[in-house]
Formats: sequence, structure tokens, C-alpha cells
Amino acid sequence: MRARAYWPVTVAAALLVGLLAYGLTTTGADTTLDSATAKGERVDPPTAASLPVLGGSGSGSLADYRGKVVLVNVWASWCAPCRDELPLIQKAHKMLSARGGTVVGIDVKENSGAALEAVDEFGLTFPNLRDRDGSFVREWGQTGYPENYVIDREGRVAAVRRFPVTQKWLDETLPPLLEESA
Amino acid sequence: MTRALLTALLALLLLAPAAAAAAAPRASLTDIEDEVMCLECGTALNVSNSEVADQEREFIAVLIAQGMTKRQVKDALVAEYGPRVLAEPSDDGFELTAWLVPLLGALGALALVTFTARRWRGARPVDGEPALDAEDARRLDAELAAFDR
Repeated sequence: MRARAYWPVTVAAALLVGLLAYGLTTTGADTTLDSATAKGERVDPPTAASLPVLGGSGSGSLADYRGKVVLVNVWASWCAPCRDELPLIQKAHKMLSARGGTVVGIDVKENSGAALEAVDEFGLTFPNLRDRDGSFVREWGQTGYPENYVIDREGRVAAVRRFPVTQKWLDETLPPLLEESA
Repeated sequence: MTRALLTALLALLLLAPAAAAAAAPRASLTDIEDEVMCLECGTALNVSNSEVADQEREFIAVLIAQGMTKRQVKDALVAEYGPRVLAEPSDDGFELTAWLVPLLGALGALALVTFTARRWRGARPVDGEPALDAEDARRLDAELAAFDR
């Protein structure tokens, strides 16, 4: 009799615990990329989703740049460290574009007007895609701003930087990849 | 007759803009803020102080200054930031639980109230029947009689 009275409470508690567990497992950052690239492995990008082009019509994908070394720069104009980093990223783009590579910016969580103002302000000449709500970079295990990912000529992720880049890191990471053939 | 008709027409012309304004009230930042999310903080805009929230507020203020209604502002926000910018949860995936849990809770509460009410009705004496059994009635009469003495 006593057991009969308690079973709905037990089922409800089990459901609640299940719901919490599901919520927790689906909100944590994915560290797969970090551990793989730290071991020197090259891995496929977590997503090949298309994103709207900033300041243009239609959409674009990182897959469009296959055959090039791509420095993916995650940025937003409201992010002060991103703004500090942008001149260095633009400089890297100049170097890359002369050697069969490019920077692709992923502008996150801001309206296109604000993003385009920053493009003008910093004289950015690399293409930018818009991750309107941050769901794209979330697939990459994003933990903050800015972040940078390097993709080799075969479209595999070769390096991940979860905080602002330095010239030293760029000099160590990009040239060996540029030497590789597609 | 013509004068009355003209007066009525004039009144209609004067009242029409007011009626239109009432149908689509002018949006205000404070009214919209609690229905919009700060995308970076994961909280409603009215309790967020981050740079992202400031930029979203600025965007909303510009749209309001352009004379947009609340609906138009929210549509523009979704177009720029995606559907997650609205505080309302979406109706698929994990967010579906935000709709289902209150609904199931309300149904459960309704079932509980109905069940309890039916039990109470079943326990209550039906009109016309004695509320006490014979033994209790006899004891009550005896005790009341003792008071009368």
C-alpha cells in the first residue's frame, strides 16, 4: 500500500533527474578539437554549415575555401579583445592571401550594421560570415572571444587558439601549413 | 442634415489616426527589453549589462526611433540575431520542455483538484439522511439532556 502511494513521486523524481542530466550534457563545451589538435592530429571541422555573408547576399561555408590555408577568426565588435586583435588578423590575411590562404571572419551575435562599421573602422579585407546566435561556433567548442582555428588545404582543422593570437603563434602555425600541397 | 453629415465625417477623420495608433501602439524599450534575450549572457535584456546587451538595446532604440511597432522590432531582431533572441522558447528540441512542463503541471493540478473534490463529495452526507448513526445520535441526545438539567 505504501509502495503504491510512492511510485508516482519516484517516477517524477527520476524524470526530473533525467531532464537535468540531459540539460547538463548538452550545454557543456566540446573539447574534442582541443585535445586532437594538441596531439598534432588533424580533424574534420565539427560542422560544414552555411552562414549568411556579412555585407552581402547569400551564404557561404568554410568548405568553399578548400585548397587554401584558412585562419578562421571568431570576433565581434562588442568584444574588446577582438578589436585589439583585428589589426593582427588583417595583417595575417595580407600574408596568407599572397601565399594561397585567407582569413575568414565569423562575426558572432551582433547586427550586421554594427559589424560592418567595424569592418570599415579596421579596414578588414577578408570575407566574413555571420553566426547570428552563436550556434555555429558552439559546435566548435567555443569558450570565449576571440577564438581562432586554422584549417589546412585539405579542409582539416590543424590548430585551435581559444584566446587572442600573437604574432609568434601565427609565425609558428601558418607557414608550415602553407608549405603543404593540397 | 448636410451639416450633421459633415460634422460626423470630420469627427471620423479626426478619430481615425487615434484608432490606428491604438491598434498598433508605439513600441518602447522598457516594454521590449524583458521579452528579448541578451544572446551572450543568456538572461533577459532588462537585467543584462554586457556589451552585447548594450548593442542590442542600441539596435532596438534605433528601430523605435524609426517608428516601428513592437511586432516589427521583434521581427527585425529575429532577422538580425536569429529566433533565439526572443525570450520565448522555441517549440522543438530541449526547449519544447519549457512549453510541456507547465502544461503537464497544469493538467496534473487539475486532475488532483478533480480527484480531491470528488472524494470530498463522496464523504459528505447526502441531504435527507441522518448525519449521525443511531449510537452517536443517542449519545448526543443524552449529553444535551444533561446540559438542560
